[in-house]
Amino acid sequence: MIHARDLTRTFKTKAGPVEAVRGLSLDVAEGELVAFLGPNGAGKSTSVRMLTTLLPLTSGSASVSGHDVVADPAGVRRQIGYVGQGTGSGPYHRVRDELVTQGKAQRMTASAARKRADDLLGMLELDGLADRPCASLSGGQKRRLDVALGLMHTPPILFLDEPSTGLDPHSRANLWDHITSLRKASGMTIFLTTHYLDEADTMAERVMVMDNGIMIADDTPARLKADLAGDTIHVSVLCEDQSGNAAEIAQNLPDARETRVDGRDVAVTLRDGEAVLPEFIRRLHQSGIEAISARVVRPTLDDVFLGLTGRSLREAAA
Amino acid sequence: MVSLSNHEVGYANLGTTSSFDRLRTRSTDSQDQNMSFLSDTAISFRREIGPTLRSWYYIIFGLVQPLLYLALFVPLLGAIPGPEGTSPLQWFVPGMVVMLVLFTTVSCGWALTEELMSGSFERFLATPMSRPAIMVGRALKELAPLLVQALILIVVATPFGLVLHPLHMLLGLAMLMLFGVGVASLSYALAIASKHDGSLFYLVSHSVALPMMLLGGVLLPMTNAPAWLYIASRFNPLTYLVEAERALFMGEIFVMPVLYGALVAVVVAVAGLAVGVSQVRKASL
Repeated sequence: MIHARDLTRTFKTKAGPVEAVRGLSLDVAEGELVAFLGPNGAGKSTSVRMLTTLLPLTSGSASVSGHDVVADPAGVRRQIGYVGQGTGSGPYHRVRDELVTQGKAQRMTASAARKRADDLLGMLELDGLADRPCASLSGGQKRRLDVALGLMHTPPILFLDEPSTGLDPHSRANLWDHITSLRKASGMTIFLTTHYLDEADTMAERVMVMDNGIMIADDTPARLKADLAGDTIHVSVLCEDQSGNAAEIAQNLPDARETRVDGRDVAVTLRDGEAVLPEFIRRLHQSGIEAISARVVRPTLDDVFLGLTGRSLREAAA
Repeated sequence: MVSLSNHEVGYANLGTTSSFDRLRTRSTDSQDQNMSFLSDTAISFRREIGPTLRSWYYIIFGLVQPLLYLALFVPLLGAIPGPEGTSPLQWFVPGMVVMLVLFTTVSCGWALTEELMSGSFERFLATPMSRPAIMVGRALKELAPLLVQALILIVVATPFGLVLHPLHMLLGLAMLMLFGVGVASLSYALAIASKHDGSLFYLVSHSVALPMMLLGGVLLPMTNAPAWLYIASRFNPLTYLVEAERALFMGEIFVMPVLYGALVAVVVAVAGLAVGVSQVRKASL
């Protein structure tokens, strides 16, 4: 559905040219839910804006739903719903009017647009707000209206740029409930950008990690975590003088990557912690080392980002 | 040889058909585009005019404004003789209408800065709507109330001595609308270029509009100006538009000032839309 080859985008600024996107290639298949994860300024939005024809490419090529973004931008625009970072609705316009206008802009007939508007108002729990000016909506309602606007013409592809930024946790969860159920019903392809780790982790089936204008990883959250971060087994031993020996044993475990000792605590990072933990304890026992506590810590996508860049996404995003 | 020439004929035929087909598709394409330009303009216009029509204070103020102009300014004109023995209103009203159009359309980019920042303008750019149509629809939304105001002005001024030339005056207003679409598009382009900086937009737009208005002889005749000022006014496109409007309001139509004015209106409209659309394309909103 989405294909991009060597996309670049350079912005001219007073301080000289800034390469916001530096050679991005990607393929998204029909029905996938893909997230661009990365800190602010990583080039996520710039990439999405190129794919949605809102920003000319500096070089490279891209097609969305079979339409080239440069040669046939109108073709692309007919196939996509776009929910940008800002508020799509105009403050002085009424909720239903905005939806109907959007439908007409997407070449729907007035009557089809009115029907679809009412359907979406119901689906996104906006019923009762149809005749209110958009400015009077709460943050969560405005965002749901943005999604409704993007979905008016039932596009096969939906782009969501930072859909939940600025929403309180309850509204975020509510927005995602709606997006996932709408997707289940329609099977549309969803491409989103986010700097929320948990959002990418729980919502996306595939995560593309971006940093500094390039994609540095692309896989399912589970595989990214297993391959690039791995589980960490923490074991506390009875006596502190045994922890050196314990670390040596840990280092010889299958797939062991990194071992750290902190007092009586020995930590080892490896691929599948839960499967290896019993073997680790058995080997410690054989060497006469007594483990008094053990736990496996699953990695987060932040650990993936940390492993890839040496920086934490939490700091980078802050 | 025979087969070769057949071959050639075949190719030639193929060539004609395909170029004919291409021509035909292109013409239906452009027909579709014309259709969608008009309907997109209507979509854009209807969206923008909605909140205006719902606000009663805007409508009341809009209706009262031209009356204020007449009530507070026209008494001053009493001592000034009009052209060719007519009422001074014949000279003053067209100037006032031009001023209304210029100042409203010059500032209309202001309304766009808000939507540029919020993201609702971008929302339309991600739809297949024609970009010039988005602009023209917005510009017409600013111009529609002006048209109503101008008509009120003309009707109310009639009992005070304005002689009506309905067709000429309507042509004059149409010309102004064309000019207004161009100025509004330039104003939108400026709003995008000033990178959402409202005060920069205000500064630039008014430092262009004010000298244009004064140099255009909108309020006082340029014929009394010192030579240097008169010469400067000849380089102001607005001068020609004002002269055309005055000729039309006098009931003259096949005269050079009207032709020059019409040319200025068309050039401003085309150039304004071209600049506006290219600015939208370039914009990294």
